[in-house]
Amino acid sequence: MGAPLDGSTPVDYIALTRDRYDALGYPPYQWVALPEPPPWTPLSRPLTESTVALIGSGGAYREGQTAFHWKDDTGVRRIPSADPATDIRVTHFAYDLEPAREDPNIVFPVDRLRELVDEGVLGGLASTALGCMGGIYSVRRATEELAPAIVAEVTAMDVDLALLVPV
Amino acid sequence: MGLVARALEAAGMPTLCLTSAYSITASVNPPRAAFSDLPLGHTVGRPHEPEFQRDLLRRAFRAAEAMDEPGTIAPTGVAWDVNGSWKRRATPTGVETEAAESESGARSDTRNERVDIPQYQYESDRLAAESDT
Repeated sequence: MGAPLDGSTPVDYIALTRDRYDALGYPPYQWVALPEPPPWTPLSRPLTESTVALIGSGGAYREGQTAFHWKDDTGVRRIPSADPATDIRVTHFAYDLEPAREDPNIVFPVDRLRELVDEGVLGGLASTALGCMGGIYSVRRATEELAPAIVAEVTAMDVDLALLVPV
Repeated sequence: MGLVARALEAAGMPTLCLTSAYSITASVNPPRAAFSDLPLGHTVGRPHEPEFQRDLLRRAFRAAEAMDEPGTIAPTGVAWDVNGSWKRRATPTGVETEAAESESGARSDTRNERVDIPQYQYESDRLAAESDT
């Protein structure tokens, strides 16, 4: 893996984090490794006819909602996708928030997805977008709490594709 | 997000993950991913550059439509700049300034402390949320 893409080598954040943790004397961070082939559901129709649900793990919430805390918060926030990104706030312990607070679309692209619907690239955008916070250190809680909550929300929507935007 | 993507797909919902962290995505191995070569915290591009962001999304969706093998990570071809000089200053949480790089080298922990009370962007958000409940 990690073959050069487009003539440039991606930053290896797993190696970078390992080096930092070593330098700080921390035990190594346990990354999830799932080498077995992932489950697969084919697209049912062209994207021009597909309704897309946005799910972002950059810690997006809407003004008026309870913000995420920074210690394995597995909550999910329902954010109306018709609202402008200027109503969206972001909070997260593990990335530099300044650029995303300047323009939440870089981690939660609701404005851009509405524009792609207007352009005809997508058939539609689900009326509710979901904000959550990545960086759940407990794989068990991510698997048993966060993932099922998002599955329940998204499968109850009438959508054809889930767009996942991590940070 | 790879865990969530796999759970959604197992429940019959097609997914597409955007990523700018190739090795992390390769490790968790989601069904469909589109890689853009951008600093962490900028998964969809630069702030206030809507056409850059739309271009990235269009490329990612086009790539997704062409995927037929589970575990594909397709490059969108979108990059931060031509020479990738930001990568020298990349940290696990973003990109540090030249000054911070010379001061702290690889020893600092750039994450925020993991506190268990809500962390609002603005004090006014906290007041708005607490008045609603």
